[in-house]
Amino acid sequence: MAAAAPAAGAQSRFEPALMRRKLTGTIFYGACVASIGLLLLALMALLADVLVRGLPWLDIDFLTSMPSARPARAGILSALVGSLEIGLLVAVLAFPIGVAAAIYLGEYASDSRLNRLLQTNISNLAGVPSIIYGILGLAVFVRLLKLGPTVLAGALTLTLLILPVVIIASIEALKAVPNAQREGAYALGASRWQMVRQSVLPAAAPGIMTGIILAMARAIGEAAPLIIIGAFTFVQFVPNPISGQYTVLPIQIYGWAVRPQDDFQGVSAAAIIVILALMLILNALAIIVRIRLSRHIQW
Amino acid sequence: MTSAPISLAHRRSIGERIIERLLFLAVALGIVTTIGIIAVLAFQTVEFFLEVSPIDFFTGTRWSALIKPQAFGVLALVSGTLLVTAIALVIAVPLGLLAATLLAEYATPRIRTLVKPILETIAGVPTIVLGFFGLNFIAPQILRPLLGADNIGTFSALNGGIVVGFLITPLIASISEDSMRAVPRGMREGAYAMGATKFEVIRKVVFPAALSGIMASIILAMSRAIGETMAVVLTVGTKPQFTFDPTQSIQTMTAFIVQISIGETAQGSLEFKSLFAVGATLFVMTLGLNLLSGWVVRRFRTVY
Amino acid sequence: MTVETPEAPARDDAGDDRAPAIRITALSDREIAAETNAPEYVIELQDVSCWYGSFRAVRNVDICIARQRITALIGPSGCGKSTLIRTMNRMNDLVPSYRNEGRITFDGQDLFARGVDPVAVRRRVGMVFQKPNPFPKSVYDNVAFGPRINGYKGNMDELVERSLRRAALWDDVKDKLKQSGMALSGGQQQRLCIARTIAVQPEVILMDEPCSALDPRSTLQIEELMAELKRDYTIVIVTHNMQQAARASDTTIFMTMGEDRAGYVVEEGNTIQIFTNPKHRLTEDYVSGRFG
Repeated sequence: MAAAAPAAGAQSRFEPALMRRKLTGTIFYGACVASIGLLLLALMALLADVLVRGLPWLDIDFLTSMPSARPARAGILSALVGSLEIGLLVAVLAFPIGVAAAIYLGEYASDSRLNRLLQTNISNLAGVPSIIYGILGLAVFVRLLKLGPTVLAGALTLTLLILPVVIIASIEALKAVPNAQREGAYALGASRWQMVRQSVLPAAAPGIMTGIILAMARAIGEAAPLIIIGAFTFVQFVPNPISGQYTVLPIQIYGWAVRPQDDFQGVSAAAIIVILALMLILNALAIIVRIRLSRHIQW
Repeated sequence: MTSAPISLAHRRSIGERIIERLLFLAVALGIVTTIGIIAVLAFQTVEFFLEVSPIDFFTGTRWSALIKPQAFGVLALVSGTLLVTAIALVIAVPLGLLAATLLAEYATPRIRTLVKPILETIAGVPTIVLGFFGLNFIAPQILRPLLGADNIGTFSALNGGIVVGFLITPLIASISEDSMRAVPRGMREGAYAMGATKFEVIRKVVFPAALSGIMASIILAMSRAIGETMAVVLTVGTKPQFTFDPTQSIQTMTAFIVQISIGETAQGSLEFKSLFAVGATLFVMTLGLNLLSGWVVRRFRTVY
Repeated sequence: MTVETPEAPARDDAGDDRAPAIRITALSDREIAAETNAPEYVIELQDVSCWYGSFRAVRNVDICIARQRITALIGPSGCGKSTLIRTMNRMNDLVPSYRNEGRITFDGQDLFARGVDPVAVRRRVGMVFQKPNPFPKSVYDNVAFGPRINGYKGNMDELVERSLRRAALWDDVKDKLKQSGMALSGGQQQRLCIARTIAVQPEVILMDEPCSALDPRSTLQIEELMAELKRDYTIVIVTHNMQQAARASDTTIFMTMGEDRAGYVVEEGNTIQIFTNPKHRLTEDYVSGRFG
């Protein structure tokens, strides 16, 4: 293996054991590949199981009917509408507040101690379990503000949940805008807000929009906080956005999955297919938005 | 004619200040949220502790909120949570680190475009779907055939641990990968130049240098696992018990909170109030771990 | 260590345009050795070209590295000196798009032959880099790193001390062996890197601009070190600093970049000759400071 025999006597005190070392390296590499393989396998098994169980139950009736005590007639219309209502409400609420907070932290407050404290606070909030937000929402929106277990209360709660994530993503998007843009605007006599609005925000828009869409996808996938707030698992009417009781897709999935009958597992799987499709659409949307908005931006 | 510029400036600065106030309001919401969480949990927990002694709560190992006789020893729930978390880490740490190493050290750009979506997809799947997978596939098709249908039921800590482990692997993988990529090229070249194999460079130079980030990722993953709800609610069961046997059906703190909320429990009852006490315990645990992970990075970071 | 005999050649004829811009301090024993000993070549490059993908970085190089001498590789930036030196210990293998043409031999054997493992090569051909790159480990562990992975069977403490002494670092760190290697000053870090390189007892030490990130005093220390090390090791040094090449080396190779942006060797020869009486116009222009 070596290019030539060892030259001097001192060399022979080394025992490089090259073959053994290379073998260990190869085994390690194999383990790395195997781990990815295992993850991929698990993912595929999950999709296969869901598709096999759920596809037979997936038809137009399923999408357009209400849940029923009988699996054959069960549908996810109420859950689907609930999810879409909550998703849109959350996006609409989180967008201005999240971007405003990010602008303040990124552009207005300089790197002061206060700023760092605020950012630490937001990082901590991002790490709080979603169920805690449910408890907060229960105490504040449902009871204190007397909103009751409605879509509005749910949307407000989920907005608080995803706000830290939106803020962090927006701050990153703002940071990515080169300072030259800001200096150029200032040099033309712009005030800070004008500079932000005309120069920085348009440049950071792709990143911000992507962040919002992904956060929206996350909110649609959440069940625990809404359960705490009082979303129901058996809602047989289309939820009224402000005053009505409601349910969402993840909770409906849960409601069916806890029933022992195989048929309900099938219906639950069908609902899973719907929510996964929704996630796929949202992620694709995020990518499309990013590409289309970035086209106008060249540094 | 000379007065016009002055009034323009005056108007702009008031507008500017209003905008600045509005923007600050948005940030203030973050502070209000934190205070809100702490206040709600604190008040309700104190109310709960008026009826149940804190000592019984924190040291008791029997938890029975809905079935008489009532007992509120939170250690039963905490042990369930920690058991699931421990199993999850046993799975996620090796898988996550191996995946991270592949991405940081071995992967060509082509491999990266294939592997990263796998991790991102796992991270993006709603957790209830993972719980469903545990309930309908892992338990009946893998665990029970492998370990024997008499030894393990449909609901078990092991089932929950596997699902949660799968869930948190992308977290460990992505943060650890970033840490490893941050190790400068010059340091690796120095090791190669002395006749080190690639595995030795990874093991003896990259890993030790990236260690603080890797540790932080594990701590964060642990915090995430502790706070996980929907994936465990379908897989571990509703039997709070103080045990370290993974084949047992148990209940985690999060699953208990869901159970109480979803049921017909009266809102003023003791059982209902226990929800807040458990929530407070959960909050303190996860917050502690999140702060710990930040401290680990600051304290042990390798300065290049 | 060196006998300084101020030589006249640089100021010989008044107003001679061909006089180089720098003074040479010649070592009389060096001159003698150059004339009477036929040097052995430890590394030979025959018609070597280096490619990164479809870009040729180095073109048709034919050079020989003499055993236990200091060979300097000089030339303007970007002309492929680093690429060339990195072929000698197969460091370029780490770049996925890299490939070689031509023949490179080490001790008479083809470096890129089928059965040759780059890992084995790198223990025998060591490298010191431009930016000192000690590991974030203790000084001791930095030096012991190479011997440990290469299965050193002797007394490690003694090897570490010996290597640090030869790198003229022992006195500075002997009470601080457990301290982090990164806590040393720039010049000390570079000497640490030299110490750990010689701890695996290579035959050749490649140095890629080892002093360019250092202050003048550390630079001089390292040049003195090189002269010492020449007794046991062959040294190849890439340098931007012409005075350094003139001061410290026995053989000089001058490279430049051609119109196709590929580097090529213009001239190779005895250092004194290159700097006082270069054969090529380009060489003369470079060493007299007219470009580069």
